[in-house]
Amino acid sequence: MNREIYGKLVFELSRTGRRGYRLPASHISENDLTEGKGEKAAAIPQRLLRGAAPELPECDELTVVRHYNNMSTNNFGVDTGFYPLGSCTMKYNPKINEEMAAHHGFAGAHPATPDYASQGRLRLYRELELALSEIGGMAEFTLNPFAGAHGELTGLMVIRAYHDSRGDTGRRKVIVPDSAHGTNPASAAVAGLEVVEVKSLPDGTVDVEALRPLLDDTVAGMMMTNPNTLGIFERNIPEIAKMVHEAGGLMYYDGANLNPMLGAARPGDMGFDVMHINLHKTFSTPHGGGGPGAGPVGVRAGLEQFLPSPRVVEREDGSLALQFSDDALGSVSGTLGNFAVQARALAYILSLGSEGLMEAGPLATLNANYVKEALKDDYLLPIEGVCKHEFVFDGLRDKSTGVTTLNVAKRLLDHGYHAPTIYFPLLFHESLMIEPTETESKETLDDFIAVMHDIAREARETPETVINAPHNTPVTHPDDTAAALNPVVTFE
Amino acid sequence: MHRYFPHTPREIEAMLAACGLAELRDLYSDVPPELMLKEPYRLPQQLSDTEVRAEFDRLADLNIPVRACFAGGGYYDHYAPAAVASIVGRSEFLTAYTPYQPEISQGTLQYIFEYQTMMSRLTGLEISNASMYDGTTATAEAMMMAVAAVRKRRRVLVSATLGEGVMRVVRTYARYHDVQLEIIRENAGVTDLSHMAELLEAYGDVAGVILPQPNRYGIIEDFTGVADMVHARKALLILNCVAADLATLRTPGEWGADIACGDAQSLGIPLSYGGPYLGYLCATKALMRKMPGRIVGATTDSEGRRAFVLTLQAREQHIRRDKATSNICSNQGLMTLYVSVYMSLLGAAGLREVAWRGHQTALYLLQEMTAAGRCRLAFPDKPFLNEFLLEFDAEVDLDRFIADALGQGILAGIKSGDNRLLMACTEMQTKEDVDRLVNIYRNL
Repeated sequence: MNREIYGKLVFELSRTGRRGYRLPASHISENDLTEGKGEKAAAIPQRLLRGAAPELPECDELTVVRHYNNMSTNNFGVDTGFYPLGSCTMKYNPKINEEMAAHHGFAGAHPATPDYASQGRLRLYRELELALSEIGGMAEFTLNPFAGAHGELTGLMVIRAYHDSRGDTGRRKVIVPDSAHGTNPASAAVAGLEVVEVKSLPDGTVDVEALRPLLDDTVAGMMMTNPNTLGIFERNIPEIAKMVHEAGGLMYYDGANLNPMLGAARPGDMGFDVMHINLHKTFSTPHGGGGPGAGPVGVRAGLEQFLPSPRVVEREDGSLALQFSDDALGSVSGTLGNFAVQARALAYILSLGSEGLMEAGPLATLNANYVKEALKDDYLLPIEGVCKHEFVFDGLRDKSTGVTTLNVAKRLLDHGYHAPTIYFPLLFHESLMIEPTETESKETLDDFIAVMHDIAREARETPETVINAPHNTPVTHPDDTAAALNPVVTFE
Repeated sequence: MHRYFPHTPREIEAMLAACGLAELRDLYSDVPPELMLKEPYRLPQQLSDTEVRAEFDRLADLNIPVRACFAGGGYYDHYAPAAVASIVGRSEFLTAYTPYQPEISQGTLQYIFEYQTMMSRLTGLEISNASMYDGTTATAEAMMMAVAAVRKRRRVLVSATLGEGVMRVVRTYARYHDVQLEIIRENAGVTDLSHMAELLEAYGDVAGVILPQPNRYGIIEDFTGVADMVHARKALLILNCVAADLATLRTPGEWGADIACGDAQSLGIPLSYGGPYLGYLCATKALMRKMPGRIVGATTDSEGRRAFVLTLQAREQHIRRDKATSNICSNQGLMTLYVSVYMSLLGAAGLREVAWRGHQTALYLLQEMTAAGRCRLAFPDKPFLNEFLLEFDAEVDLDRFIADALGQGILAGIKSGDNRLLMACTEMQTKEDVDRLVNIYRNL
């Protein structure tokens, strides 16, 4: 591809007078507007209009197509290759999902279409909600939240609305393990809650004894990811849930790591009261370079009334309708959420069926354990034992080479692999978090393992090769520091 | 095994053996047995692609199909060149994660940088972030931004003419984020600016003022002098604007706003029954470090080539945790590609042609509906671009009008109260569509 021309910014491809569009004809003439008998609108005064037109590109269609297609070849997606990005569940995004998201019965519909004209769309929403309730072990879901963090925020609002409804307004603390995703404390802060961190034991699970003194009548609830961000199942979860409940708090399940629990266990059965699910992780909707995702929120029986408006409810005659309620926590979205993402997730659940869903979690867990066991000779495994869908190395075992986790990650790019998640969780200095997912074949994993061993060998023999990686990517070593010191966020 | 899982039984056996395990169940030896599922999910059996299509066809058949859409309320039925969907569907874009590894994510990073540039030029403000979820949450984030930027003030004024959906979400965020909202009254369909001045006078702790453009009735409001009034009180002016109108109407930058926010669905994104859409958020440079969400910056690589990276990440949740400017993380990345490609093809001339075409059709629709009688503009003498509020005589059965129109594949608008209908036009409705709708009304 000719990067000299099409690799430029689209603004540099613009030529005055070119165009890439034509509007459909309207057939309304000036005469139609002067001769009609009805009401005339007020003229728009000049002071309400924009001065100079914005400087936007002027391009023909082929130039635009080549420009963006050229850019796409500088990008790496799940369809390009293995993407073992921990905590992100980069599984295959089936093609039928895309086809269904673009289905003519859904793609062109305006969100204000009356309920009676939208029964199929509402039914789709309801079917997905019921399936998620079954998988999560919850009574009811809202699909309105747009992303995982948005689901967390919504779930925390549910918890606050619950306490408020009981007049129990002094509960403003939320307990979060020190291994939690950064979104947990951030969501708590946005929801007006104060974060209290609880320490982990050396095996990575929550220290029950450290939790005990934190529990009192100021605690609104506790947020947990299970398995946690180290990929370790929190085996004390029944006891933790009991303790939090006895203190009057609610248990929140961060569904970022739900994937290995498919076919194994349900958050509702573990004692969680509120949870979110990342449809773009566990339910295979594409990540889109950072969204759109979806973060449905489920609640146990007794909390349904607090879910955000609008809700899709079943009327006595079996039809579905939108409902706005005063008991609800309020609204967190202008519509029913990212509907086309919900359509993809339903297509996935239908494609997998009960038996496919039952297989997904164990295979994801098998893949993770297989890679972990094969690499722990060269990479430092701080927590031994069976992991779930992901695990964390604390960098290379041989610390004398000067090769860091960042270097290993960049060297993987040279081999056509996306890097794992790095420097998270914060519990270790050189965290390298690997999540293979269930859609990867044994030969892909074997090749990845071989490459990781090669990198470890390079680190010992020719460390410079690793330290200076990547060597054959479209750009190398972009200067982050300069970008942050003197931010250039638009093209001048 | 399911068709999405490549494992053969022999491979599973070999992989388990490599882990020192005998069967898949052993992978869950750390889970208390009483928590393990005792039986499969009560869900249907797996389907082939053909059967999934049939199921979606069945659901689609339960909808009443709409061919001409006169509903707006912030979300509009626009034409987009076929190239938009084709480019957005490229799986290198679609199946990528957030661009944390810039060396292999230049595609995503570059289109977001182009998007940021276009949105900055459209709003007349210096910076844009890489997207929020939708227009409602973008406005709530703008509110929280004002509270974070103006120290020790937690009060925000909001015009009663703000769209209903936006208002609901702003109220919710305010309630839980401990922000005191004060509603500025409306007067004859527009923000009562003297009431705004009274509120600014009455409270010394106003952090921001949120106003809509156009407002919930489609009216273009006149904000002459507003920025000075707001800034004199050291508060921030936040304008919630319909993105597609920004090439035509006076911009937030020209009005002197500090923050512009709203939904960018109107820039090439399909309606899809409510999402995914795209919240845009732009601001003056002074607010750069208070901006929530991701921002892409330009830099160079070690060989001097132009390169793009996520920048100013110190603001974000994965670094700052509970001190972050927002909890947003995954946003609507791919939707910025719709907008970038759409604007690359339409350019400023296209956006203006779209706006004036919608205006012209709206003028014709207003003229024909009112000529048919028993209805009038709810707020006469107020200028609008492509959307207006009609008020009907009490005897007009508006629900029947809407139902009759739907019967002929036309969504007539959005009902508001008992006897009002908000009607919007774009380049997608033809003269024949208008005539047909008016005819249905005449025959009511």
